[in-house]
Amino acid sequence: MLQWLPPLPSNFRDALRAATEAPDRLERLASLSGHRLGFLETIQLDRAIGPIEAEARPGFAVVRLAVAGSATLDHLVPGIRVAGLRRRLLIDLNVGAYGQYRAELIDPNARLRAFRPKAILLSLTAQDVLGSVPLGVSVEDARAAVNRAIEDLRGLWRKARGEIGATVLQQTFIDTTHPVFGGHDRIVPGAPTRLIAHLNDAISEAAAADGVLIVDAARWSARDGLDSWFDIARWLQAKQEIAPQVAPLYGDLVVRILAAERGLSRKCLVLDLDNTLWGGTAGDDGLEGIVLGQGSAAGEAHLALQLYAKQLRERGVILAVCSKNDPAIAEAAFSHPEMALKRSDITAFIANWNDKADNLRIIANQLNVGVDSLVFVDDNPVERARIREALPAVAVPEMPEDPAQYVRCLADAGYFEAVGFTLEDRERAAQYSADAERNALQTHSGSIGDFLAGLGMSVRFGRITKLDLPRVTQLINKTNQFNPTTRRYTQDEITRFVDELGCITLRFRLVDRFGDNGLVSAMILRSVEGEPDAREIDCWVMSCRVFGRELEHEAMNIAVEVARCAGVRKLQADYAPTAKNGVVADLYGRLGFSRILDLSNGGTRWSLTLDSYAPAQTHITRVEDET
Amino acid sequence: MSEQEILDRLTLILRDLLDDDSIVLTTETRREDVPNWDSFNYVNFIVATEMQLGVKFKIGEIESFEKVGAIVKSIQAMIG
Repeated sequence: MLQWLPPLPSNFRDALRAATEAPDRLERLASLSGHRLGFLETIQLDRAIGPIEAEARPGFAVVRLAVAGSATLDHLVPGIRVAGLRRRLLIDLNVGAYGQYRAELIDPNARLRAFRPKAILLSLTAQDVLGSVPLGVSVEDARAAVNRAIEDLRGLWRKARGEIGATVLQQTFIDTTHPVFGGHDRIVPGAPTRLIAHLNDAISEAAAADGVLIVDAARWSARDGLDSWFDIARWLQAKQEIAPQVAPLYGDLVVRILAAERGLSRKCLVLDLDNTLWGGTAGDDGLEGIVLGQGSAAGEAHLALQLYAKQLRERGVILAVCSKNDPAIAEAAFSHPEMALKRSDITAFIANWNDKADNLRIIANQLNVGVDSLVFVDDNPVERARIREALPAVAVPEMPEDPAQYVRCLADAGYFEAVGFTLEDRERAAQYSADAERNALQTHSGSIGDFLAGLGMSVRFGRITKLDLPRVTQLINKTNQFNPTTRRYTQDEITRFVDELGCITLRFRLVDRFGDNGLVSAMILRSVEGEPDAREIDCWVMSCRVFGRELEHEAMNIAVEVARCAGVRKLQADYAPTAKNGVVADLYGRLGFSRILDLSNGGTRWSLTLDSYAPAQTHITRVEDET
Repeated sequence: MSEQEILDRLTLILRDLLDDDSIVLTTETRREDVPNWDSFNYVNFIVATEMQLGVKFKIGEIESFEKVGAIVKSIQAMIG
């Protein structure tokens, strides 16, 4: 369980006790939560976290999660809270009473409503949602039974999302049934195992349509074996469907989704070379001596890691290399005929003899991401220990000694958990290649003006539409630098802004001669109470990939025009400082706003009278999209 | 494992579970003798004991352990 995390320190009990009394209690507990905690240690650490206060501590965010279901769920609380701490989320939990989930979601006076959860996890038993279906039902009646169950669930999802305003996490159904016929169960429409398979398929479709997120307990119970996930004794004794011994893992599965929704998943996979991407040492064994690819079992194991990395790249994870090697040898190795990864798949490539912690900082810098976006995969325990010590924010999986287990370890850890797969994700790899070409142009241009003119940029803009929502949500939750207010919103909340009277939403795509940078900026202008002709820039985010292209100026030109058309005469905007958004401290000043107030949070309030706004001259032409 | 060795292991488990280092289990201890050892923590105690000692209690046993001594006996029967 939690095999990708480093083993528990031998002085766990003492460290826990010391942490409880220390002034930096949460930091110490967060550090302990990054270890391979067992069942009992998870309960101990959870107790040390104590009650969650409404106000977030610096460096931590509070998430209110309601858990509702048809089995006993209290025993899942420690695992969820500890997994939260592992990702610097303080999870305030409301656990529904046994079997009361319908009433809690439907009754406007239920305790769950008063709790105002941001997310609701539904952990239901198949038996409960399907009811009893006779073994001999026809195909049609079996389908109808599944459809009834799904429609019932969708009704609850609508309550949760529409009335409560919470994101829904639906757990897939665990098949705890026994064969009635044997293999023929797969053929008989009313056989319990077939019904549950059908139900899980139908959940995927409904979840895709309704924007519901999936906790795939069914897949994990198949991966680990039903005996680890379901213990009939615990069911009979306490009506626990999820076995207590997997509670630490279950908690991690839930929280990695909550974290993904908040843009906290990792973005970049940094790979070591020798004995990681291939067996042996390229420098000592020579290119012909390394173990890779077809023909040897170990070679195929290393190849499997490369192929997995390539899959991750296809879904938008950035790949980097960090190796202690002669740079020429490291580069040359990529021409080995058995290499699945090509040199062009690697966006940041560092091979030298320097400290890997320094190199990881450089890689993060080059990619314009934080070190907390990196996953560092290295077979060498000394290097892993060095990074954990020097850069605790980097995720460092405890790679197994056997390369055959590499992919499984990396995949199990769920570092790159995603709640969507956007067009931008698919194209990210191509975009990073285009970035390299742009950088080359910049190097060869005489001045910054020449460079920008040479890019041939145009901005495509319009109101935020349904199709834009997944990407806009991602951008709002992932952007740390160009984000003056750092307000995070769920997809449902953004949908509400789109429909809100008086609210102006805008999104911007930047295209240049090297390609489409995709949807790179979004802005939400909301009404100001008592000032009908004013709007406040509630949220404005821009991808760091397009910094220095004058897009903020052209976006403001557009925003002012759109606002004027809506009868607006004044814009106001706040800057709230964070550790990462210093780049926009003077954004509004540069855009012609006047500073009108210093805020108690150290931030500033700005104002712009539209009549006096002089549009900035930029190198970007405009194309308005039909919406 | 001797009776005392098992009692020591069970004592450590329950101390961790209830965060109470004053707990000392004997064969005569009943659940109601130990503060906070409620039914929820009883399930957790059974789970932790099964995991740490590599045993599996019968469903009927779990319901009927009156004193810790009975748990010790059951464990001895399973692991000798």
